[in-house]
Amino acid sequence: MLNKYRWYEYVLIYAGLAVFLTFVLAPFVEAFVVSLRPLSSLFSVPYQFITDKMSFDAYFTMWENVPLLWMYMFNSFFIATVVTVLGLMCIIPAAYAFSRFEFPARNTLLGLFIAVNMFSGAVLIIPLFRLMQQYGLLNTYFAMIAPGTAFVIPTGIWLLRSYLIRIPKELEEAAWVDGAGRIYTLVRVIIPVALPGIVVVSITAFITAYAQQFIYALTFNSVNELNPLPVGLFQFFGRQDVVWNELMAASLVGILPVLFVYVFLQKYIVAGLTAGAVKE
Amino acid sequence: MAVAKTQRDYFPYLLLVPASAVMLAIVAYPLYETFRLSFTNTSMSPNFEYVGFENYEKIMSKRFPEVIARTFYWMSLSVALKMLIGTLGAVLLNAAVPGRALFRVLVMPPWVIPIAIGVFIWGWMYNGQFGMISGMAQRIGILDAPFEFLAYKNSAFFATIVTDVWIGVPMVTLYLLAAMQSIPKDLYEAAWVDGASRMYRFRRITLPLIIPSIATMALLSAIATFNSFDIIWILTEGGPRNATTTMIIDTYKTAISRFKYGEGAARTVMICLFLGTFTLVYFMLLNRLAKRSPHNAK
Repeated sequence: MLNKYRWYEYVLIYAGLAVFLTFVLAPFVEAFVVSLRPLSSLFSVPYQFITDKMSFDAYFTMWENVPLLWMYMFNSFFIATVVTVLGLMCIIPAAYAFSRFEFPARNTLLGLFIAVNMFSGAVLIIPLFRLMQQYGLLNTYFAMIAPGTAFVIPTGIWLLRSYLIRIPKELEEAAWVDGAGRIYTLVRVIIPVALPGIVVVSITAFITAYAQQFIYALTFNSVNELNPLPVGLFQFFGRQDVVWNELMAASLVGILPVLFVYVFLQKYIVAGLTAGAVKE
Repeated sequence: MAVAKTQRDYFPYLLLVPASAVMLAIVAYPLYETFRLSFTNTSMSPNFEYVGFENYEKIMSKRFPEVIARTFYWMSLSVALKMLIGTLGAVLLNAAVPGRALFRVLVMPPWVIPIAIGVFIWGWMYNGQFGMISGMAQRIGILDAPFEFLAYKNSAFFATIVTDVWIGVPMVTLYLLAAMQSIPKDLYEAAWVDGASRMYRFRRITLPLIIPSIATMALLSAIATFNSFDIIWILTEGGPRNATTTMIIDTYKTAISRFKYGEGAARTVMICLFLGTFTLVYFMLLNRLAKRSPHNAK
């Protein structure tokens, strides 16, 4: 009764949704259609959305032009995974400290961590580049992983801290009474209970690390075998004669696995987003 | 608390060691390095000299003030559009109509894929000869000849904004949608019983209660947009004739493409000043909001 719409309200809502979702999804549809069209029909005037001779040919021929596509996909995934794991190793103890202990300068320290969120890799690219150069770290996975890790930690601490605050302190006190050490308590008592929160933090960190690898790889890496997907494909985008149908096919194949996984993790992704930007 | 009661407890500091070590190495030290470099004429060669404020004088006398103004113009326009479209999208997705669960999933893709991949697709769509936007516009009759969006100063400026908005909108939408859904249902029911119309309920309940969320998101969005690199770099590399050169792009071109680390560092210090101001505002906003959280408003 409360949410009953009149027919014209339904029409308005669906029309609005159609326009909105068209804006969001049209590029993907266009990319898919382009991947199906032969190059000769792409370069024909006037513009046509559908042409005859549409086929999946580009998905087979692209491997000649982009032989390392699997490698790029693996690298993207690998870099994001390592960033997430290293990030968690920093985030979990830090969030635990901020949520459970009183110590001088606690709020100042927390504020400092959160303030790091205002930077991006782009701001620190000069000194990082020189540092990597100095220590011979250019053209390694490490050069792409280390900066990524630093920028997932602040949000992660903030997210997990607000989750840990809600876990009753009696839990640790019971463990304390039973004679458990503090590290043991963290690993065996707190982490299992906080697992849902840790899952949200991991997914949030992974998304960030996966979506934002471009500038590090572009600047710190010139070994093609180590390139993540965005930079791997950027080489083909930047060329004089772009083989558009194959580039689109490769892009779609490249993002398909994560899109598929994200559909199932949707709930956690939204949870991380909301908790990350609000207070408690 | 029992566990932490020992005097002069070092345990919490121990817990902070890994995170702090990463921050010192990847953020704090590089920041200090940037500050130091900004007073030198460092470039590719191993020799450098301290030159005082020369780099700052140089950039302030050159086109840099123009770059600052452009950055703020680019950012404000982009953030305003993101917030506007995101709010509208959230309102639509919040409507209790069949299929909404599916629609919510469909909003996500631009946000979760690598930014660069989405930009490749836009790069094709902006293509003048064969791209979709120019082609469609000609069919409908808005354009009578092919138009190369990225080749002209004005159109390139707005084209990069549209792509930035496309990438940013899903996050804003989902965030505001969650904020709307956290509003207690009984508020609406009480208003409905009192005979308030849907429009009235939106104006008097939904809007006031999500304004804090809109403000928070706008600020976070501003910080992210200010830092935006991938989109402009891939589409235009700051061109044509610097029309899309923001502070971040200008710094990158100076330091990484032309190896003028000293001058680049001076630009970075300026960027940090601006970002610092945003962050200060952000903290003040969070503080104010914490005092009167929307959940206490009822």
